[in-house]
Amino acid sequence: MNTSIFEPSDEQKLLKDSIDKFLAKRYPFDARLRGTGKQVGWSREIWAELASLGILAFSLPQEHGGMVGGPLDMMFVMEALGRALVVEPFVPTVILGARCIELAGSPKQQLDILSRVADGSCLLALAHSERQARYDLASVATTARRNGQGWELRGEKFLVLGGDTADMLIVSARIADEPFGAQGLALFLVDPKAPGVGTTPYMMQDGHYAANITLADVRVDDADRLAAAGDALPVVEAVIGWATVAVCAEAVGLMESMLELTVDYLKTREQFGVKIGTFQVLQHRAVDMLTAVEQARSITLGALAALYRPDLEERRKMVSAAKVQIGKSAKMVGQSAIQLHGGIGVTMEYKVGHCFLRSSAIEVLFGDAEHHLMLLANQGGLVEPTTTEGMQHV
Amino acid sequence: MNSLYSDEDVAFRNELRAFFQSSVPPGLRRKVQLEQNVSPEEMREWHRILDAKGWAAPAWDANWGGTGWGPMQIHLYREQMQLAHAPLPLAMNINLVGPLIIAFGSDDQKTSFLPRIRNLDYWFAQGFSEPGAGSDLAALRTSAVRDGDFYVVNGQKAWTTLAQYANWMFALVRTESGGRKQDGITYLLIDMASPGITVRPVITIDRDHHVNEVFLDNVRVPVAHRVGEENRAWNYAKFLLSNERLFGARTALTNLKIARIKEVAAGVMQDGKPLTEQPWLKQRLTLLEIELRALEITFLRILFEVQQRKPGEFDTKSSMLKMKGSELFQRADEIMLEVAGPAALPCIEGFLQGKPTDQLPVPEWAATASQKYFLNRAATIYAGSTEVQHNILAKAALGL
Repeated sequence: MNTSIFEPSDEQKLLKDSIDKFLAKRYPFDARLRGTGKQVGWSREIWAELASLGILAFSLPQEHGGMVGGPLDMMFVMEALGRALVVEPFVPTVILGARCIELAGSPKQQLDILSRVADGSCLLALAHSERQARYDLASVATTARRNGQGWELRGEKFLVLGGDTADMLIVSARIADEPFGAQGLALFLVDPKAPGVGTTPYMMQDGHYAANITLADVRVDDADRLAAAGDALPVVEAVIGWATVAVCAEAVGLMESMLELTVDYLKTREQFGVKIGTFQVLQHRAVDMLTAVEQARSITLGALAALYRPDLEERRKMVSAAKVQIGKSAKMVGQSAIQLHGGIGVTMEYKVGHCFLRSSAIEVLFGDAEHHLMLLANQGGLVEPTTTEGMQHV
Repeated sequence: MNSLYSDEDVAFRNELRAFFQSSVPPGLRRKVQLEQNVSPEEMREWHRILDAKGWAAPAWDANWGGTGWGPMQIHLYREQMQLAHAPLPLAMNINLVGPLIIAFGSDDQKTSFLPRIRNLDYWFAQGFSEPGAGSDLAALRTSAVRDGDFYVVNGQKAWTTLAQYANWMFALVRTESGGRKQDGITYLLIDMASPGITVRPVITIDRDHHVNEVFLDNVRVPVAHRVGEENRAWNYAKFLLSNERLFGARTALTNLKIARIKEVAAGVMQDGKPLTEQPWLKQRLTLLEIELRALEITFLRILFEVQQRKPGEFDTKSSMLKMKGSELFQRADEIMLEVAGPAALPCIEGFLQGKPTDQLPVPEWAATASQKYFLNRAATIYAGSTEVQHNILAKAALGL
């Protein structure tokens, strides 16, 4: 019986094998650069191939083509995407978007949308964050007002990941005059081509794309409201929890890649007549990078395991714990990788710099290390205080 | 399958917990909670309780009092014992000399030594380090010259932990010189009552007596007390150290220390608020807790890898456990010292030795904060310093 989360199932081994092989063949680093020195956009062709391999569906419910599910699925897929520096809008569509539909959509919405996510024909984006919110998930100023049988949305969304190309937006808005629960948040499916929707797309520092979305009295049918009963905030929180750990796993792949490149460089680069890897000070820094990567991988696995368990408090804590450790590790590994490479590390001609751009973006996405450190501390941390009888309080 | 431990592991952990909770003598538990020194009598009593249960040396071969448990079970045993505030069995006996005699000793040695090593009739000290041989252990110079059925041993051993309680010492001695320094080293069991042995206390900066220098002046050791072959002991010592490396993270102890810090810091006020509500402490503690949790999982991952391998093979990354674990262990001591603040300054005569404590000038929890902080600076030095672990990892895990 498979009882260890460290033991991949046969199905998971196949998944890992197929994505690793695909990316090795179809996603070499040189192909991204195309000699321009600039990032290139993502490719519809690659997206279709990911769909045909079943990668876009792996985390969906089984009836929509997904796997049985387990921490290692996500670890393998996201790590591979990180190692290969994949810029396709995977997290926006497959994690943020599809998870929203899965957790809050009606059976009809699920059937309709998730099958199209799986076959690659529908790109999603979660339009939740706003300029004033920073990392506060509850800070939503966009409003939804009743208008006959439908709704009117008004507001502006900031840094909507994948918002530039989404076929469907999932917009969070505050409902003013409905008894919707304490936070009064709802989620709506919005066609980005609907009248009143304005999109300002941009590339981010890591070569991924996002957009600001303005909503000027955008009309939405009531049938396009998700999370029919109650408050949408727990849904948003859960979905962003998944996305947070997904990018943590992606960062593990990025760090792995940076470490590997650095160690190879230390073994080949010669200065002062010797391989620079013979210098102890560089060896020790490389070992610290290794330790940081392994710690990051461990806490990410721990957080993934927690996401599959029912205890909400433990989930929240482990998501924050993972984001803190990833933040610390990514900074250490990324900065060291560049330092140990010397000048080539700060150019767009070499992979390490690109990895650093993405890992630095991941540090910020969904809350940085300082934010999550305080979130976790305010929940009491991971270790309970001693309460043993006989241990006196002062 | 989404848990870090299997159902069998959890059931086994509960069995261990139940036993330790009911079997640790209350006086011993209290001392360990307060981080006071355990006396040799208390230690011996604890060994005998464990031995009666068949758990004094669980990792040993089942023919010699072991249990046949795998690495995961050994880990849970150690963890649960520490969480129950019991001392681990004497490492010199159970982790170091016992397994070596089982692997390389004669039948006579096994019969006469192993039961006494288990129940602590024999308390072993480790005679490895010397003034000129620390991280570079193979540089050791204590000599043993064959004289009939005896070796005549001359030299000096350093950092000999608890030699003041020991009636035996296992030692690495040089039986041949001139070749490679790793060759020509022999492993001897030395009766501490032998004429020519002098033990000199070395007081550490916690003002306590843990370590000693041991001088050997024409000490006669029967050849029958040599373990394994002459000149081959370097390989034996390496075998031992690979055994040790897997359990170097000490996460249970660091967890206990953090739990204790949280307990006591709630009662210390600063600017009208308890320390547990001060951002500086929350941040420092939480970051430590995260790194500790990550290390616990790193350990479980390495354990999983080890279980996929042949017995005796270790994972190239296991040096990381001791390296990172000792860093986190020290950081917990450091935070406890900061929490104690001025209460850590008075020296409390006799507290570590467990003398009556009704007139303490500081809270009981603060009485050892300085001493643990000072003493445990050694944690990144002994058992392979942090720098040596870096060297090992650079070579073994990164190929540098």
